[in-house]
Amino acid sequence: MAEAARRPLVEVRGLRMYFPITAGLFRRKVGDVKAVDDVSLDIFEGETLGLVGESGCGKSTCGRAILRLYDITAGSIRLDGVEIGHLGQAELRRLRPRMQMVFQDPQASLNPRMTLAGIIGEPLVEHARMTPAGRLERIYALMDAVGLNRAFANRYPHEFSGGQRQRIGIARALALNPGFIVCDEPIAALDVSIQAQVVNLLEELQARFGLTYLFISHDLSMVRHIATRVAVMYLGGIVEIADRDMLYSAPLHPYTQALLSAVPEPDPEGESRRRRIILVGDVPSPARPPAGCRFSTRCPRVMDICRRQAPELLPAAAGGMVACHLHTLQDQPTAGRTGGPRAAPREPSGQIQQGELR
Amino acid sequence: MPDGAAPVLAVSGLKTVFRTRGGEIHAVNDVGFRLRPGELLGVVGESGSGKSVTMMSLLGLLPSPPAEVRAGVVLFDGRDLLKLAPEELRGVRGGGIGFIFQDPMTSLNPVFTVGFQIMEPLRRHMGLDRRRAAARAAELLDLVGIPDARARLADFPHQFSGGMRQRVMIAIALACDPRVLIADEPTTALDVTIQAQILELVRDLRRKLGMAIIWITHDLGVIAGIADRVMVMYAGQVVEEAPVAAVFANPRHPYTRALLETIPHVRGQRAPRLKVIEGQPPILLAAPAACPFRARCAHAMPRCAAENPALRAAGTGHAVACHWDAPAGREARHG
Ligand SMILES: Nc1ncnc2c1ncn2[C@@H]1O[C@H](COP(=O)(O)OP(=O)(O)OP(=O)(O)O)[C@@H](O)[C@H]1O
Ligand SMILES: Nc1ncnc2c1ncn2[C@@H]1O[C@H](COP(=O)(O)OP(=O)(O)OP(=O)(O)O)[C@@H](O)[C@H]1O
Ligand SMILES: [Mg+2]
Ligand SMILES: [Mg+2]
Repeated sequence: MAEAARRPLVEVRGLRMYFPITAGLFRRKVGDVKAVDDVSLDIFEGETLGLVGESGCGKSTCGRAILRLYDITAGSIRLDGVEIGHLGQAELRRLRPRMQMVFQDPQASLNPRMTLAGIIGEPLVEHARMTPAGRLERIYALMDAVGLNRAFANRYPHEFSGGQRQRIGIARALALNPGFIVCDEPIAALDVSIQAQVVNLLEELQARFGLTYLFISHDLSMVRHIATRVAVMYLGGIVEIADRDMLYSAPLHPYTQALLSAVPEPDPEGESRRRRIILVGDVPSPARPPAGCRFSTRCPRVMDICRRQAPELLPAAAGGMVACHLHTLQDQPTAGRTGGPRAAPREPSGQIQQGELR
Repeated sequence: MPDGAAPVLAVSGLKTVFRTRGGEIHAVNDVGFRLRPGELLGVVGESGSGKSVTMMSLLGLLPSPPAEVRAGVVLFDGRDLLKLAPEELRGVRGGGIGFIFQDPMTSLNPVFTVGFQIMEPLRRHMGLDRRRAAARAAELLDLVGIPDARARLADFPHQFSGGMRQRVMIAIALACDPRVLIADEPTTALDVTIQAQILELVRDLRRKLGMAIIWITHDLGVIAGIADRVMVMYAGQVVEEAPVAAVFANPRHPYTRALLETIPHVRGQRAPRLKVIEGQPPILLAAPAACPFRARCAHAMPRCAAENPALRAAGTGHAVACHWDAPAGREARHG
């Protein structure tokens, strides 16, 4: 992708989303869960930004905040150049068809009293002018696309398996052809073949309609497949962001290195030999993040300065951005470039091919 | 695992049907398996193939109607669980057999705190008083890697992230040191480092307590790392069962072979497009009389349309339900 052709569709600056911690009978506020704490990132038009990181580090909150499903604590969010960080609900409603979310918890996000056709068709009723016949045609097309049998159209969510329910949520999010979709663990409940089917579908739609995705997932092999760039989050902040191939072949941040080393491989023999970087030390709480670097309590390469001063997210010499003193102090420019014990060899070509699509 | 050890759990001829407006759905057809002490049985299979329904049938966890467990024997502790009265079953569930549900948000009660929900089985099955139950609950939450465990006992489920809720479910299932743990996609919402921590915890429990485990997952990497044996399900039946190494090195069923080809990898070459298994599984309006995979199978032959293959031996501890004789190894591509 040529640098000049990149136009940011979503620009996030200094995003903070805090949840109050309350105590006592009168729910007095005693502190904050700093779920997202000063996140800045761009998502370019037509790209897929992967967002990975530990459970509870704030990925879902970040995705929801960007779509303004929350009233954010601080920061700025621009969609297509327009500030939406502080818009009211009425104005947001008009923007909804352009930005959608596939929710992590399929069960909780589907209305149990609506049939599958009703659920998928609801956004069409609300936002699109269509005849009932046209709508049904669209609903069927969406069901085909996510691999749900048309004969299921009049069934209710509880009649489906976990993976089938997740596909209902995906079909619903796609209904209005939104330009930007936050996919929050969209494939977590699916078996690998259907994962592949859904990922291929997302890629096809992207190639055809220029869709932009924020793809939240803990499945690092799938992120490697679908993402053009990857952001790594830890305890409410971004610790590394880089082009996919660079991140997977030469991860810079010690947390990214540990994360990649922990991916299990579908090969029993390899599995018994694989060397993992095991993180020890206290897992900090987002209510009381540690002083200095957030990762300092568990970092295998922690230095004195890390406990005192938080590293900024800065451009790294090899490209990408990293928030780590190992890479911003001079004399250590290649410190992490070994990529950890399990770094994969760099691939010859970094271009992603959009399959055999027109 | 000694092959001769008596199973802690033995299931045979299980059949579960849903009665719906559109007719009966034969979700589980003649499923059987055995689980030995300390063993980990991995269960994989197509979405909708009946993995969850099978396990929920064992413990009477399906709402009836519409569900009806029509046939089968489920031996645990010398008793047939399908014959127990509801209150006896409740005693087994959470006591002798721990169950982790696939969908953490619906199985956690939104109006009770996380702490209350972990303490409940501790007080009921283990007879702990409030204070000791609270201490044990905090310990369990800590064990599954939730920071600040003690303080977070007072939180409600919606205040937890997806992966944290899933870990609460794990903590609840482990609370009473069950002899059998049935875990339905227990780590789908967890990142790999926390997943590794949970897998380590599970290994530990197997070693220390001899806990036997059924682990449903679509993550074949996890299966490769922790399972002793693997059971593959398709359209409500078991299509292959084998020791873990044999499933990866020498899969016999065309569905298993196709499944293994669809996995993306984090290391090595990145494929430009992911492989899929074309087509959809059948809707089971009746128990299948023919092979349910045949419409999607590259090796289908006339016999497959005439006769649903039964499980047959295909090597040591290896069984497959297929009329075709697969060549050894997994590299032989079809199509
Ligand atoms: N209440 C119900 N009414 C009708 N059919 C149902 C009901 N519950 C489940 N089913 C059907 O039973 C079949 C088996 O579902 P099950 O939940 O066991 O699948 P699974 O293998 O666990 O899939 P997944 O990997 O997606 O969780 C599915 O086809 C599903 O549609
Ligand atoms: N409504 C809420 N009230 C209070 N705390 C919350 C709320 N929602 C999220 N949190 C907290 O914010 C933090 C981040 O949660 P979030 O759901 O964004 O994590 P995540 O990265 O998506 O994790 P996972 O991978 O497990 O889904 C967690 O500590 C969580 O407990
Ligand atoms: Mg989440
Ligand atoms: Mg299931």
